[in-house]
Amino acid sequence: MMCCQPSRTRNRACGSALPALLLAFFLVLVVATTVLIFALHLYPAPPPISHDAVLVDRQYDLTLYATGVAFLVAQLGLAYTVVRFCDRGQNARFIGGNVVLEILWTSLTLLVFVSLGVLGQRAWADMRFTPPASGALQVEVTTYQFVYAFRYPGADGKFGRLNPNLVNAPAGNPLGIDPNDPAGGDDIVVPELTIPVNRPVELLLRSQDVVHNFFVRELRFQQDAVPGMVIPVHFTADEIGTYEIVCTQLCGLGHSKMHSLLHVVSQSEFEAFLGRRAISP
Amino acid sequence: MSSEPHRGSPTVYARAGEPEGIFRHYIFSTNHKIIGLQYFFLSLAAVTIGMTLAVLMRFHLAWPAAHLPFLTGGIMTPEQYLALVTMHGTIMVFFVLTTAPQSAFGNYLLPLQIGATDMAFPRLNMLSFWLTLAAFLLVLSAFVVPGGAPISGWTAYPPLSGMGEITGPGEGVGQSLWIASILIFCVGSLLGSINFISTVIDLRATGMTLTRLPLTVWAWFVTAILSLLAFAVLFAAGILLLLDRVAGTSFFLPSGLVVSGELQTRAGGSPLLWQHLFWFFGHPEVYIAILPGMGVVSHILANFSRKPVFGYRAMVFALCTIGLLGFLIWGHHMFVSGMSPYASLTFSLLTLSIGVPSAVKTFNWLGTLWGGKVQFQTPMLFALGFVSFFITGGLSGIFLAQPALDTTLHATYYVVAHFHIVMGVAAIFGIFAATYYWFPKMFGRQMNKALGQIHFWLTFAGAYAIFMPMHFVGIAGGIRRYADSTGAHYLVALQPLQRFMTIAAILTVSAQLLFFYNFVWSMRKGERASANPWSATSLEWATASPPPSDNFAGLPPTVYRAPYEYSVPGAAQDFLPQHLPPGHARPSRQEPGHAG
Amino acid sequence: MLASAAVESIQTSAGANKGAGGRSGGGGEGSHGARGPGRVHITGMLIALGGILMFFSALISAWVVRRELPDADWQPLALPHILWLNTLVLALSGVTLAYSRRCLAAGREADYRYWWGITTILGAGFLAGQLVAWRRMSAAGLLLATSPSSSFFYVFTAAHALHVLGGIAALLAMAFRSPRQLTPPVATQVVALYWHFLAALWFLIFAVLWLGG
Repeated sequence: MMCCQPSRTRNRACGSALPALLLAFFLVLVVATTVLIFALHLYPAPPPISHDAVLVDRQYDLTLYATGVAFLVAQLGLAYTVVRFCDRGQNARFIGGNVVLEILWTSLTLLVFVSLGVLGQRAWADMRFTPPASGALQVEVTTYQFVYAFRYPGADGKFGRLNPNLVNAPAGNPLGIDPNDPAGGDDIVVPELTIPVNRPVELLLRSQDVVHNFFVRELRFQQDAVPGMVIPVHFTADEIGTYEIVCTQLCGLGHSKMHSLLHVVSQSEFEAFLGRRAISP
Repeated sequence: MSSEPHRGSPTVYARAGEPEGIFRHYIFSTNHKIIGLQYFFLSLAAVTIGMTLAVLMRFHLAWPAAHLPFLTGGIMTPEQYLALVTMHGTIMVFFVLTTAPQSAFGNYLLPLQIGATDMAFPRLNMLSFWLTLAAFLLVLSAFVVPGGAPISGWTAYPPLSGMGEITGPGEGVGQSLWIASILIFCVGSLLGSINFISTVIDLRATGMTLTRLPLTVWAWFVTAILSLLAFAVLFAAGILLLLDRVAGTSFFLPSGLVVSGELQTRAGGSPLLWQHLFWFFGHPEVYIAILPGMGVVSHILANFSRKPVFGYRAMVFALCTIGLLGFLIWGHHMFVSGMSPYASLTFSLLTLSIGVPSAVKTFNWLGTLWGGKVQFQTPMLFALGFVSFFITGGLSGIFLAQPALDTTLHATYYVVAHFHIVMGVAAIFGIFAATYYWFPKMFGRQMNKALGQIHFWLTFAGAYAIFMPMHFVGIAGGIRRYADSTGAHYLVALQPLQRFMTIAAILTVSAQLLFFYNFVWSMRKGERASANPWSATSLEWATASPPPSDNFAGLPPTVYRAPYEYSVPGAAQDFLPQHLPPGHARPSRQEPGHAG
Repeated sequence: MLASAAVESIQTSAGANKGAGGRSGGGGEGSHGARGPGRVHITGMLIALGGILMFFSALISAWVVRRELPDADWQPLALPHILWLNTLVLALSGVTLAYSRRCLAAGREADYRYWWGITTILGAGFLAGQLVAWRRMSAAGLLLATSPSSSFFYVFTAAHALHVLGGIAALLAMAFRSPRQLTPPVATQVVALYWHFLAALWFLIFAVLWLGG
């Protein structure tokens, strides 16, 4: 026996208002809680430390407002609709559709979504389409289970040749630098990334074994490190500090333990760092 | 009358009577209804296992140092956690979300809704089911082999998945079994698709034109096309990966790999190639998981608003557009993979475009409710819940569709929240809605209403409680597939959220016991259902509950009207069944919907 | 009770159908059973061919990607010449198959069976020739895992050969007994669709291997 008979008689006693009100209540609760958490910045990302990161944040905010409005309107619209039209004995209206409305909301949605995409293009282009500024500091990042190794080219500004046959971490050559290549003699290999503030940095991402990833939240930036490829990425950090580097691409057992630190330091400190680590040829 | 050829049915299946013996009747049946139920029970078993794995994962995330007495050594190890991650994803995506909405409900209902007596190829249909069952058992066996289940996630990216045990435990036999299982599943799925598509094209009853098809049939039809094309690609990818593992080939493995200090001799393949092939399948796969649910929701919203679906043609167009675009946007899973950033931009714009037909469907669902006479039966509650979760999950996708934002959110819990809300909640709500709605048709009995409603409210509230906070974990930088938060220091601050989600998950999963109990109890003791308890218009309600073996007792119906003629002005009752001829708008002596 | 009510409502509608007349039978709308029994098997085969095509498209696109990789160590293959003969044999089998169906349509049962048998033999010949090709490749030191190009060669040809094996099984099955639910014209059409598709697919694969090295 159904709750509400398909009949024409007024039937207030069928109780269909309660589920409608309850659903509306839950929808309002979800919307309110979500909006509140966002508005109060309860679980924010850490502050951005580069110009590109600021562009990303602006695009994020724009998207948040647009989708937030849509979220509000849609969920509350659903809530309103079920309450207003819950069965109180009325007849339903025999409406098959409305072509004008369809065209309208299709066009509007297309416009909003594509605009978001086009506007977001700027931040992406800055990060990916443009090469780094000349004079960028090049650092090679090699990843392997479950370690980050950062290589600086040293005083000669050139990276030594790498040979996978020569990889021998216990013997102190985790990257397989070829001893026969003089350019590699002064290469500096360290487990944490130190870079000078306000200077463009180009990272050359590599992997020895499986797909890893390089992610720094404050840079709003991550990139997979793929074996068989050298992937260049660049950014300019504008805040001195220490930030965490994590691996986001599942790489095996130690995936959650694979992490390192990014030290953004003043130019003089950076030179001191290089000086301390310099290996005389 | 009985000597006329049966229009719309394959001639061989016009025989009267049923196969004898419990074996042929229930186990090795070629009848689409039995096969549909077999798939359904398979997916029930799968979801039980999948949910258990999820609870174990959530428990570990909330209390990483807890001793779990039944696990060796007490504390869950990273390899155990990652095995759970892999198997939870695999089981849920393939054996629940691909199986229940399409293979279970589609098999049961599609022939009924088009007025056919069975699927086009019943024996092929039976083969499809047994292959799927074999695949399920095979993947489960990965848990008990040496090394255990694979740890590479349901996405199985090489080189992690392509080289055997040297990359990690579970990557030996376990991973190979996983691949074999997926290959078998692909074949089962492909055979099923052939059946669905052929049936819709060729076995529709007289008068059942394409524009009179219920939206459920359209959804199953488009999904079957997606399935045919997507699983064919996964099959190819799986073969290549298996060859890399066992035959020494290098499709996905570059040269110069050094794993744990050992140099691997490989000939220069591409890990990105796997990602392209996998996601070319993987993205349509998520539409395979959701499209049937969308069809069910449209169907149910119309039924319980007593109104036609708003914009039927737009809905069909949207289904087809989503299907087509779904094949063009796989790259949005690969924005940070090393793929060309220009390709990323293209994929991004196309991905944002697919939001349009999805939004159109949502507007049309609201339009269906608007001006209606909304009744809150349990199937309707779940259909409304689907709409709410689809709105939420769809909107969160807009962030991920933009590479500039995905650069921050990729592989964080934000992504996990997004796909769980659309797949793990909305699609599941579609399955629940379908179950409560068609239970009376399948078993001739009603599910208990009170239990159903409580089940809905607890699950609705619970699902939001689990997955809304997950977005915030992701935005703050919480990384997915992390066995614990002992690596990066900033993760510690997110533990309170993790605990909240775990408690919500435990409560919500417990609430599902109501559903199981209701289901099992109602199968035997539920109130008897009539042929058409929901006063619905589509053809499955024109026959008995449950239907006879050949669906329409030897007389396939003729269709005279569109599928959602509710509240037609001037009609004697507020619904006109599709098979009711014009001029027969007066109800017959015994109105369907009232106990006879 | 309810079953009879359902039956009654269906009977009513079926009765009205006779009165309604032109809605049923023939033409475009809905009544596809009227296109004849067995029609659905042809549809099913066409759909299956779509899936098979997609599978091979995935393999071919993987081949394209691999070939175009920067620093690609792509070694073009010297294909065994017997592949040309095999191609000819397969093409010929398509001709004999088409002719066999012509004979069937003309009512010449004996000729139909004869040419159907020839087709089967030619198909087996193609497979034998492929085996020889593999032998020649491995004799030249080109095995499955030797190089990316050789890997693709074996994957393409083996996948195709397995499908051909299935086709030969269907040809043999038809030779011994016609399926119960299909008339010979329809059954042979279904097999013919499959067989001609495999021939066309082979031309594509061969062209890819030949032109792409």
